[in-house]
Amino acid sequence: MFVKPATEAVPARTKDQLRFITCGSVDDGKSTLIGRLLHDSKMIYHDQLMVLERDSIKHGSAGNDIDFALLVDGLEAEREQGITIDVAYRFFTTPRRSFMVADTPGHEQYTRNMATGASHAQLAIILIDARKGVMVQTRRHSFICSLLGIRHVVLAVNKIDLVAYNKECFDRITRDYLAFAVGLGFTSIVPIPISARYGDNVVDRSAHANWYEGPCLLEHLETIDIPSGTAGQAFRFPVQWVNRPNPDFRGYAGTVASGRISAGDEIVVAASGRTTRIKRIVTHDGDLVGAEAGYAVTITLEDEIDIGRGDILSRPDDRPKVADQFAAYVIWMDEEPLAPGRNYVLRIGSQTIIGSITVIRHRIDVNTCEHLAAGMLSLNEIAFCDVATAMPAVFDPYDLNRKTGSFIFIDRYTNRTVGAGMIAFPLRRDNNIVRQALSVDRRERAALKNQKPCVIWFTGLSGAGKTTIANLVDQKLCGMSRHTMLLDGDTLRHGLNADLGFSETDRVENIRRVGEVAKLMADSGLIVICSFISPSRAERDRVRGLVGKEEFIEVFVDTPIEECVRRDPKGLYSKVKSGQIKNFTGIDSCYEAPTTPEIHLRTMEQTLEHSAEAVVDVLMARINS
Amino acid sequence: MLPKHLRRLEAESIEIMRDVVAEFERPVMLYSIGKDSSVMLHIAIKAFYPAKLPFPLLHIDTTWKFREMISFRDATAKRLGLDLIVHINKEGIARGINPIDSGSALHTQVMKTDALKQALDLHGFDAAFGGARRDEERSRAKERILSFRSAGHVWDPRNQRPELWSLFNTRIRQGETMRVFAMSNWTELDVWEYIMLEKIPVVPLYFAKRRPTLRRNGATIMIDDERLPLNCGETPEMRMIRFRTLGCYPLSGAIESDAMAIEDIVAEMQTATVSERQGRLIDVDEAASMEKKKREGYF
Repeated sequence: MFVKPATEAVPARTKDQLRFITCGSVDDGKSTLIGRLLHDSKMIYHDQLMVLERDSIKHGSAGNDIDFALLVDGLEAEREQGITIDVAYRFFTTPRRSFMVADTPGHEQYTRNMATGASHAQLAIILIDARKGVMVQTRRHSFICSLLGIRHVVLAVNKIDLVAYNKECFDRITRDYLAFAVGLGFTSIVPIPISARYGDNVVDRSAHANWYEGPCLLEHLETIDIPSGTAGQAFRFPVQWVNRPNPDFRGYAGTVASGRISAGDEIVVAASGRTTRIKRIVTHDGDLVGAEAGYAVTITLEDEIDIGRGDILSRPDDRPKVADQFAAYVIWMDEEPLAPGRNYVLRIGSQTIIGSITVIRHRIDVNTCEHLAAGMLSLNEIAFCDVATAMPAVFDPYDLNRKTGSFIFIDRYTNRTVGAGMIAFPLRRDNNIVRQALSVDRRERAALKNQKPCVIWFTGLSGAGKTTIANLVDQKLCGMSRHTMLLDGDTLRHGLNADLGFSETDRVENIRRVGEVAKLMADSGLIVICSFISPSRAERDRVRGLVGKEEFIEVFVDTPIEECVRRDPKGLYSKVKSGQIKNFTGIDSCYEAPTTPEIHLRTMEQTLEHSAEAVVDVLMARINS
Repeated sequence: MLPKHLRRLEAESIEIMRDVVAEFERPVMLYSIGKDSSVMLHIAIKAFYPAKLPFPLLHIDTTWKFREMISFRDATAKRLGLDLIVHINKEGIARGINPIDSGSALHTQVMKTDALKQALDLHGFDAAFGGARRDEERSRAKERILSFRSAGHVWDPRNQRPELWSLFNTRIRQGETMRVFAMSNWTELDVWEYIMLEKIPVVPLYFAKRRPTLRRNGATIMIDDERLPLNCGETPEMRMIRFRTLGCYPLSGAIESDAMAIEDIVAEMQTATVSERQGRLIDVDEAASMEKKKREGYF
């Protein structure tokens, strides 16, 4: 478990960068340690030191000594409160390596900040107060680091001066920690006794703890070998931007996320299953023969195939997962709790997809690693969840690839980043089903019918007039020699959806199936007219995402509930009244009206005929454009 | 071939720039003519090659920049065929704002901060690349790479979006904007090493030369034109100086140096004992002053 550091000096050409995080609570001396590292490695300039001396008198807590913590606690509020409340990034360079330190707060209410810092780090320094030993917070910090994929840990037993440089104390803490960290998957754990305040074993060896034979902290950071590893893995190239300066050049710009590739190699577009070969690897400094993880390049391909931002290129024999459901660890970062079923914008690599958490399998207590039941997730809580996306996502398990296995949640209304996720595995049994590109595509099918496909989605209360108007639209289109199909709730509930009732989950499944059927029909070139109450905005939006917004027309048939009750064409409202039906939309179940439908039909103000004409007009304008 | 750490930084900056261009409608690159802007521009050209830069450059001209900066700016725009927008706060000029009579704080507020906001609003830019680095100053150390500005260009340091991995949240509403610091993780030394290895042209003021100077408030000020009035007892003197950062000439402190080539600068950097901001007269009031300025919309 222990790593013995190499000692040979590193030639300047291969000088690299190590990014690490420091974890500790307020009193563990974390900021003091970073300040000490910067100071002792001569990264503090004269003028900064003068400001520091002045600030130490004003805000400091180190008596007459310089308070190194003030160097790193940047924002005014933090200096006043004496705590670190955000993530700060520090930089220092030694002849052997350059370093980026993510300095994050350690309190439980700052779990999100720590996770943010850890997402950028290859190594973690976990601080322990020698007087207190392994504490609840030590476990929390270690768990979060492990979850975010950090595999190398330095156990910095700080304030060793305050236990009189006692070896037994250090040994006991080391033993306790190793026993607890067994299940966390760390590759190396290096315990070092230090005093951040006095500098023992930080940059220079301690004169007091001469029983300690290992490296001092900086020496270890300079020499630890952390293979980036990603170059040896499967090739992944997420396309960021299509570079098309003129009709003769079409390149795909991106950074190789993992693996390596050479000109001439065969590749596949994961989502569509299309294959071709790499033609050129273009850079401003000239074409490359090959590119590996970390290279920002522009790739051109032998064949013109449809590729856009969000696509991932891989080798045909080692593809990423493609699925619209997966299990993931989720860290919630917003004051407004996560609600299962609610739609968020997910950013997975360069893909942007609407998605939601369908089930919280369990919440994880960050202090004890215990699994707990949970119906929702609050700020700073971590859970293992099932996630569903409106379109298939392309990804790898986070364990295998941090670049293609991570994602964030963005609130669709506030645009805040509200959560972060690490994908564990795809759900469903189609793990081994590789998407096959069909040789006749949807464009050709539509061209045969001499039309553009479209899905017209009527939504509204029962009795609003959806199906009546949909029928009129269908007739008009048939009269115009258009190929159409009408799907309505009652018809489908007699066949495909005969197994579904009216509970919340069954309603969701009902609309999901209808959406899939409508999509298949649109793919075959048809104009699909759908008439469904579809009370949930989220479900309608999911169908919109599935079909694609260019081919989706949402029609809100807006009839006041009183009028629907008065019409009651199927006698359903009277059954509700007499208690024979429960969960009826508009009565004891909520209808979420569309906020921005493509067409808003107010049936009290216009005739059915006019309504149908309005729909046909919008459709014609759309498919003739 | 660049050393590993510079290759990594370059690739990281390219990835950020490509993401922003893919996601925003009207990005712009703020071009200050300094060394960081020169590196940022060089990386942008690499990121979008063989296409031309998919956004214009914007220079906020306070009318008090060194003359050599302006001629370097125009020569660079011509050499690279850049779409360069120069914006001056006309209102400020009309009011006679200048760094000598109005004081550095008011001059900076009106001719830099207000001017920048004017230009962003005027052209409707929704994302603005800036060359600021996290190692420059401690309130920058906590700023995001994609730094959100609410309508009115206000930065709220306590309410920043978490930024994990390289997954940037690019979503904004009408009127809101994003400042993009693609070089956040570079250090001053990285910048100079990169300039050296990539042979990037920079303003000659970074190199030592005998120049006419004054000593004022403990700083060495270069007399760039006749607009700088001499106070009682001040006498111009030729000194061997260079600049670590460039801005308005009456507000930029020079350092005495013999570094006439980039190699000398890199060597000088490695033994430097003062920070680059030390020469900036606009920062000296109080350590947290940069945070205040930034909240008000300063870059």
